[in-house]
Amino acid sequence: MKYQSQAVAKPYFIAAIGLFVGQILFGLVMGLQYVMGDFLFPEIPFNVARMVHTNLLIVWLLFGFMGAAYFLVPEETEHELHSPLLAKVLFWVFLVAGALTVLGYLLVPYARLAELTMNDLLPTMGREFLEQPTITKIGIVVVALGFLYNIGVTILAGRKTVVSMVLLTGLVGLAVMFLFSFYNPINVVDDKFYWWWVVHLWVEGVWELILASILAFVLIKVTGVDREVIEKWMYVIIAMALISGIIGTGHHYYWIGAPEYWQWWGSIFSALEPIPFFMMTVFAFNMVNRRRREHPNKAAVLWALGTAVMAFLGAGVWGFLHTLAPVNYYTHGSQITAAHGHMAFYGAYVMIVLTIISYAMPILRGQEAADPRAQVLEMWSFWLMTVSMVFITLFLTGAGVLQVWLQRFTDNPQPFMVVQEKIEVFYWLREAAGLVFLLGLILYVAAFFVKGGERVMASNAVADTA
Amino acid sequence: MSEVFTKSMARNIYYGGSVFFILLFLALTFDTSSEVPKRDNHEAITEQVALGKKVWEENDCIGCHTLLGEGAYFAPELGNVYKRFGNSTDAIVGFIKSRPVEGIPGRRSMPQFNLSDEELQAVAEFLKYTSEIDTSNWPPNIQG
Repeated sequence: MKYQSQAVAKPYFIAAIGLFVGQILFGLVMGLQYVMGDFLFPEIPFNVARMVHTNLLIVWLLFGFMGAAYFLVPEETEHELHSPLLAKVLFWVFLVAGALTVLGYLLVPYARLAELTMNDLLPTMGREFLEQPTITKIGIVVVALGFLYNIGVTILAGRKTVVSMVLLTGLVGLAVMFLFSFYNPINVVDDKFYWWWVVHLWVEGVWELILASILAFVLIKVTGVDREVIEKWMYVIIAMALISGIIGTGHHYYWIGAPEYWQWWGSIFSALEPIPFFMMTVFAFNMVNRRRREHPNKAAVLWALGTAVMAFLGAGVWGFLHTLAPVNYYTHGSQITAAHGHMAFYGAYVMIVLTIISYAMPILRGQEAADPRAQVLEMWSFWLMTVSMVFITLFLTGAGVLQVWLQRFTDNPQPFMVVQEKIEVFYWLREAAGLVFLLGLILYVAAFFVKGGERVMASNAVADTA
Repeated sequence: MSEVFTKSMARNIYYGGSVFFILLFLALTFDTSSEVPKRDNHEAITEQVALGKKVWEENDCIGCHTLLGEGAYFAPELGNVYKRFGNSTDAIVGFIKSRPVEGIPGRRSMPQFNLSDEELQAVAEFLKYTSEIDTSNWPPNIQG
């Protein structure tokens, strides 16, 4: 660790991994409910499991982003973090608020939770991904403001690199767009229109800045390639991401009552959205091929390359698959959407957080890289999780194609539940792939506990085990 | 990338491109806000529909169902359920009311939410309102 204050990142990463485990367990519950409809009913109905699954994902990714910022900003700015104490306090505030919210979902009926948290005063609950009680949302804003203050002051005081400035832009954007979660008009069309300003402009907008800056930081560190080269690439990638992604919001406006010209704007610009992800893949492999050092942390390099490839497949390819308006007319809100959502979130955001954790965690624990045996285990977890996510996506795509065919495309469209039963086999296979994912995740956690011999902080002393 | 294409050129594309497309997006949003009232069935929004939306939200209906294709994919689309149930709010009320408390063995079942008659009517009116939004002919057929 070059700067003492980087140590505050560690609890953030640990919390992220812990919540990740919870997210996957609830994912498996939901997967089973798809085929055994009465599983855990009425104690944990599907909607509750889903809130826990998606909200844990968002919260642990935010923990990961914050941890990443606390780790890389001191190193980039060459300046200690403005206030490590504030970072520690906000960690506990965020963790307790997150835990209470999830317990609220699980322990009381949602309507009762709305009543207890006085949703009437400012109704924001009950919208997909934004199910958190209003008081939790306010808490998120407070934590975000404190976090941005801490990071912002640090950056202002120190060296201003492109990596840290782009990261800060992304994080500020994240906080600003979240404010639209407080806008909840009665008019459903308006509600949906601005709901996407949070959801789309997060994942296909400002989060891509966060993704690109973390990836650039790790690539600078593990490849030793000149910062100037990496920063130039990053500018081009994020330029394309925003140029395509902002107007690309239009691909959500086809069927919600917005004007029909969005079918053109949305189709054309979102068709460009794979380009920045493709460039990211070329970029990552290029930098690793042109590396000027052999970094002993092979696992981190694997995660970085994996992020680029899987983000391209999940966000780029699977997004493009159903983004053109004439196609989306049939696929909108089907299992195709679920397939895309799973691989895109895993490839782009889960993997980038696991990349920075893989790079930073050994350093936070006083080593340059984990013991080779631990790395081998970590790489096994990489392959198990990544390959099983590919299969989850393929099975959901199979389910989605059949669903679209039977329910929407044939001359004799069949009711939703009739179709669901016909495509059950895909849901069983998806659940099986989910179990393999869990196995990968268990190995991932186990890799942190592999005891190795004492290691030297020098890259050339590392056996070439990978 | 060669030296012909410099970092400052890349930076200018990023800043220039972002600002241009943010402004374009805001302009399209501005235009949308004047076009939406022609399509959004706002005439149908009453106190009762507002209460219905509140009931819809406070029971997390979106956690299983889709509404105009958005939400979860575990249970049927409800944007057009009013039409699917024969243009009947009574049919919607009857369905929600009759859900068994303990579910249906082996099958997916909607929970029993114990809504009051006023809430039931309101959520049905809310679904009637959404079914009359101009969605460019989506969903493709009545099955949602």
